[in-house]
Amino acid sequence: MTSERDDLIDAVNRTCDRHQQPAADGWDEALWAALENLGVTLLCVPEENGGAGADHAMTAAVLATLAARAAAVPAAETLLAGGLLASAGQQVPAGPLSAAPAGQELTIRPDGRGYVLTGTLARVPWARHVRTVVMLGETSGRPAVASLDPQACVLQPGANLAGEPRDTLVLDAVQLSGGQVAELPGRGEQATARFALRAAAARVAQLSGAAQRALELSTAYSCERQQFGRPLRAFQVVQQHLAAMAGEVLLLQTAAAAAALAMDTSADPGLAITAAKTVAGPAATAICAIAHQLHGAIGFTDEHPLHLATTRLWAWREEYGSDHEWAARLAERALAGNGGALWPMLTGTLPHSGPPGSAAS
Amino acid sequence: MARFSLDAVSLPGSAEGLRQDVRDFLAGEIGSGRIRPHCDSWLSGWDAAFSRRLGARGWIGMTFPRQYGGTDAGALHRFVVTEELLAAGAPVAAHWIADRQSGPALLRFGTEQQRAEILPGIARGELYFAIGMSEPDAGSDLASVRTRASRVDGGWLVSGAKLWTSGAHHAHFMITLVRTAPAAEADRHAGLSQLIIDLAAPGVQIRPIRLLTGEHHFNEVVLADVFVPDSRLLGRAGDGWHQVTSELAFERSGPERILSTFPLLAAAVDQLTSQPDLGRAGKAALGAILGRLWVLRQMSLAIAARLQAGEAPNIEAAVVKDLGTRFETAVVEAVRLLAPAEPDLASAAPLSRLLAEAISHSPGFTLRGGTSEILRGIIAKGLIAP
Repeated sequence: MTSERDDLIDAVNRTCDRHQQPAADGWDEALWAALENLGVTLLCVPEENGGAGADHAMTAAVLATLAARAAAVPAAETLLAGGLLASAGQQVPAGPLSAAPAGQELTIRPDGRGYVLTGTLARVPWARHVRTVVMLGETSGRPAVASLDPQACVLQPGANLAGEPRDTLVLDAVQLSGGQVAELPGRGEQATARFALRAAAARVAQLSGAAQRALELSTAYSCERQQFGRPLRAFQVVQQHLAAMAGEVLLLQTAAAAAALAMDTSADPGLAITAAKTVAGPAATAICAIAHQLHGAIGFTDEHPLHLATTRLWAWREEYGSDHEWAARLAERALAGNGGALWPMLTGTLPHSGPPGSAAS
Repeated sequence: MARFSLDAVSLPGSAEGLRQDVRDFLAGEIGSGRIRPHCDSWLSGWDAAFSRRLGARGWIGMTFPRQYGGTDAGALHRFVVTEELLAAGAPVAAHWIADRQSGPALLRFGTEQQRAEILPGIARGELYFAIGMSEPDAGSDLASVRTRASRVDGGWLVSGAKLWTSGAHHAHFMITLVRTAPAAEADRHAGLSQLIIDLAAPGVQIRPIRLLTGEHHFNEVVLADVFVPDSRLLGRAGDGWHQVTSELAFERSGPERILSTFPLLAAAVDQLTSQPDLGRAGKAALGAILGRLWVLRQMSLAIAARLQAGEAPNIEAAVVKDLGTRFETAVVEAVRLLAPAEPDLASAAPLSRLLAEAISHSPGFTLRGGTSEILRGIIAKGLIAP
């Protein structure tokens, strides 16, 4: 790990130590302000769009750290929204943001005064706490980014298993000005695929942080808790569980790092991100199961912090596509080849590798 | 708590150029019928002529300096060559141990004379090594070895027996862990040493131990007053434990801990590409295996980069072997689900034959080079170390 990255992670951890509050309604406004002050909320957004211009490796490490701290802030969503705005050549505003793909349930129709939006955005992360939801949709058959004020919609509150807001927005002919909608180059499915990859990579980074937290809690508990006159860690069967868990954590951490590296260096990071999200689900499943088994009943309670890690692992493994959906995409890449193409596909050395629209940046 | 971590690594462009050279060579070897893909070919594929052809191309001893016949290409370039060979199921067993760990051990601990005498032959694909660690009463508990080396004029007299020594019946040398002084009460790892034993020396008797398929790879090597000259002591007398454990990151983290069943997976995917749609569940099962393989390869690659930097990431290497060898077995289950075939070692159908090879060799994957249970003990001790 580079020392620059280590230093930034230390700074993020110190900021959490000083400013993190017990999050009412799943939102830590004081921590958000401190993080914005530290300059880590728009890390991988280009400088010309108002971001910090950092690489994805640095960004992923910060997302993992905030996830390990169970920080109740829309860190990943703000980066995703910033990325969408930057791809449309727009400036990214200060403050927490959210991002959402429009799907089939929403239309953006031009009219004389700008655009009219009608439909539903389901399970928008943090919608009730942000000033702007950056939405990726289509208008007149072309991909477009719309900056939406959630106050202009009917908001139906919801949450994921970790208590993070996942609100549904109902848009009944919401009027946006021409400046609030920007068309993107290329085709809609390409923009959607790029967003899905960036979102999946962000969740994998967060999953790796929550996994690390679950391992640290389990290791500490195994050292403290005494049974039969010995700490749990003295039992070989407990050691075997801890080691199996550490293996899955290291796998997940490597997956997140490899996905970030591919986004920084590869013309087609799709394979790396697809593989990373594919392995993240089963790894999260195994990590949660072992962490709870090692903690016994106390880990199953609201008063113990283990749930801050495990409920995130359970929730995030499904978001932006479950591991099964991403696995199927990986299989389709393999099955698209002729005989003998599996190894070249896995090593990224196919003559024409990657499906169209798979580039992530 | 110790935090294990691995940084992601990109291969340099020159390594990708090398990859294509290896692929072209292998296509010629397979196309001409000189070699045939097998599962677990780094145990079962003993082909001295093939090893010499690799040596002639500079693809053995790639981490050895040029003065010892190597190419000094480094661990990442070696990684590319070895993963291409394993993915193709090529017969690499003859030179495998020598290239992977005996040569590096000689480079690290050997005398100038030992290096000059032995390394060039390894790099040519002509000199082969066996591993003399396990014994009848010392398996996972390696420190309890009883093979003794007693001081005599000009060297050592060795008596004892080594077990499960793959390829000893073909190999030229066996780096052998022996007790040169009694174990101390406080430190049972003291008093161990490594000797380079010439397997053609008088007093060496090699008996086959057949696998459950009848194949002959394992041996018992009985040593009855075998004379080993001082010049064949590896490193320092009494440092054997330290020297052996320093090989482990090399031994445990390579692509052979992930790819032993890859030829089966490749054959299954080839068959599936010509079949009707797999369906959602089938694709999810196939993709889960492929994703795991992709990330495990990144882990192995990350460790190769750490080795190249002179580090010894033993705990991360133990993780790769534990996860990788369980993956090798999981491939069998995925193929059974997705591309059913009856396993048959004699079948003309590649899928049936490779499935039989994978199943019948699978018990070894999670045993050799440290059982999964021993590895997990090492990982856990790293986690809970004060």
